[in-house]
Amino acid sequence: MSNLVLLPVLLPFITGAILILFYKKRRTQRVISGFSAIGMLILSIYLAYYVYQESVVVLEVGNWPAPFGIVMVADIFATIMLILSSIVGAACLFFAFQTISKEREKTFFYPFYFFLLTGVNGAFLTGDLFNLFVFFEVMLIASYVLIVMGGTKYQLRESFKYVIINMFSSALFLIAIAYLYSITGTVNMAHLGERVAELEQTGIVTVVAVFLLIVFAVKGALFPLYFWLPRSYYGPPAPIAALFGGLLTKVGIYAIIRMFTLVFNHDVAFTHKGIITVLAGFTMLFGVLGAVSQFDFKRILSYHIISQVGYMVMGLGIYTPIAVAGAIYYIVHHIIVKSALFLFAGATERITGTTDIKQMGGVLKTHPYLAWMFFITALSLAGIPPLSGFFSKFPIIVSGFEEDQHIIAGVALLVGFLTLFSMVKIFQYTFWGEQKHTEEQAKIPAGKMLLPTVPLVALTIILGLAAEPIFQYSMDAAQQIMDPSIYIESVLRGNE
Amino acid sequence: MEILISVMIGVLFTVSTYLLLSRSLLRVVFGTLLLSHGAHLLIITMAGLQRGVSPLLSLDADAYTDPLVQAMVLTAIVIAFGVTSFILVLSYRIYKVHQTDDLEELRGSADE
Repeated sequence: MSNLVLLPVLLPFITGAILILFYKKRRTQRVISGFSAIGMLILSIYLAYYVYQESVVVLEVGNWPAPFGIVMVADIFATIMLILSSIVGAACLFFAFQTISKEREKTFFYPFYFFLLTGVNGAFLTGDLFNLFVFFEVMLIASYVLIVMGGTKYQLRESFKYVIINMFSSALFLIAIAYLYSITGTVNMAHLGERVAELEQTGIVTVVAVFLLIVFAVKGALFPLYFWLPRSYYGPPAPIAALFGGLLTKVGIYAIIRMFTLVFNHDVAFTHKGIITVLAGFTMLFGVLGAVSQFDFKRILSYHIISQVGYMVMGLGIYTPIAVAGAIYYIVHHIIVKSALFLFAGATERITGTTDIKQMGGVLKTHPYLAWMFFITALSLAGIPPLSGFFSKFPIIVSGFEEDQHIIAGVALLVGFLTLFSMVKIFQYTFWGEQKHTEEQAKIPAGKMLLPTVPLVALTIILGLAAEPIFQYSMDAAQQIMDPSIYIESVLRGNE
Repeated sequence: MEILISVMIGVLFTVSTYLLLSRSLLRVVFGTLLLSHGAHLLIITMAGLQRGVSPLLSLDADAYTDPLVQAMVLTAIVIAFGVTSFILVLSYRIYKVHQTDDLEELRGSADE
């Protein structure tokens, strides 16, 4: 039964491979990819249910016992991330059906879309550090292709920077793995956790820990390594930007949380409460200041990704079960809301033909549903109750005060306020005021485009109204990752 | 032997950092190439260099080379190869579209 763990990786991979064969037939590609995305959603929900019953499910690939072979591990946290990746994957795919150009559909858009999901799902499930590197690369190579697809001047220039930065951080990742292997003699994460505990995380192990933090901080866009994000996410069309904005940086954050709860958890005062918390504070502050100063729909949203990545890392930095549960809840909230907002940005761009909010206006009059759905999501992002944003920030900030981390908690509150400011700014410029788009543009129907975003908006309301059971679920996930012995025991001794 | 290789890796990293900071597109690409070579050599070196034995462990073997790093470095080389070929094509397209290979001239064009 544990073979089930491999399916979320295999399904998108096989789908992508099949889609290559039909690259000229648009309709066939749409049918196959649509069914596959929905199948993945059902599969990941079933896997989450199964894992919730069984605690931790481990698959030893090729039946090689744990520290020697590669293991795939599904715990509650990993399955939460899987559900999110398949929800966002499906929503962005169905949005792409409405908006993506024919040329992109015929130049391998769908295959690379699924290869990207293969890498993302693999990174969530793997229990081996080197295998994590491989899945990161699978994800990154697919993202290089998706980000440059279309080949405009702007895209070419920005994606060159994106590729170089990611190649550099991948080389650092390899170097960190080499150091860690020479110190501990293993790359299996559970085994690493055990060996690092035996070494009591002396100076050199902490150095490697910070090295890995830098690597994941580049991928997750933490201060001071976030500079690449706003410009490169501006280039690609809305469904790709939404998938990247929702999912890609969060894979880096997932890796940080995984490594710093499972392996490097012995020097909390230095790594968590020192470095990670300070980085989180600066990330939040600079991200939101960037957003406040921008007047471009997509750029504002991109800068908000940075500021919100700060909240997640802050939850890890405070390092109490409630704070980590808050961080997990925040990831859930953020992935859903951020993808929805990017899709709304795509829809408004299609209607008004621009992403500069100063050149928009009066969309509320011609497309009221779009405006109100954006309004709900934007309020949720800013953290207004009873939407999901409030209940995910609440535990993080409360535990910040409880742990006497007053400065960071204060920064988080200020950032929440500035988020509200820049969301209202978008709403005011884009949806209120005089109509600046032509009558022809006003007749563009938005209904079909908005259909894939309805589940996302509904989810942010549900996540807010049903906060109790969902927070309990994130609490279970947090308690499981805060007690690394559960993970280590299930991987190394088996959970028969 | 490890010391010698370590010095060589250091030189590779230095050169690649210099190249990464230069203005020409192609030099930046060569910089990433050398950087990944350095990282691959580092993986091999970090496991301890063993001379004259194969990475095969049989019952009567008294010494063997660590096979895990060899498997890892092979994977890493293949990935680096793929990404490098991608970025070479990308730089060629940039050169064709922008008509320059100078990163300084690429900056801040008014096409946004």
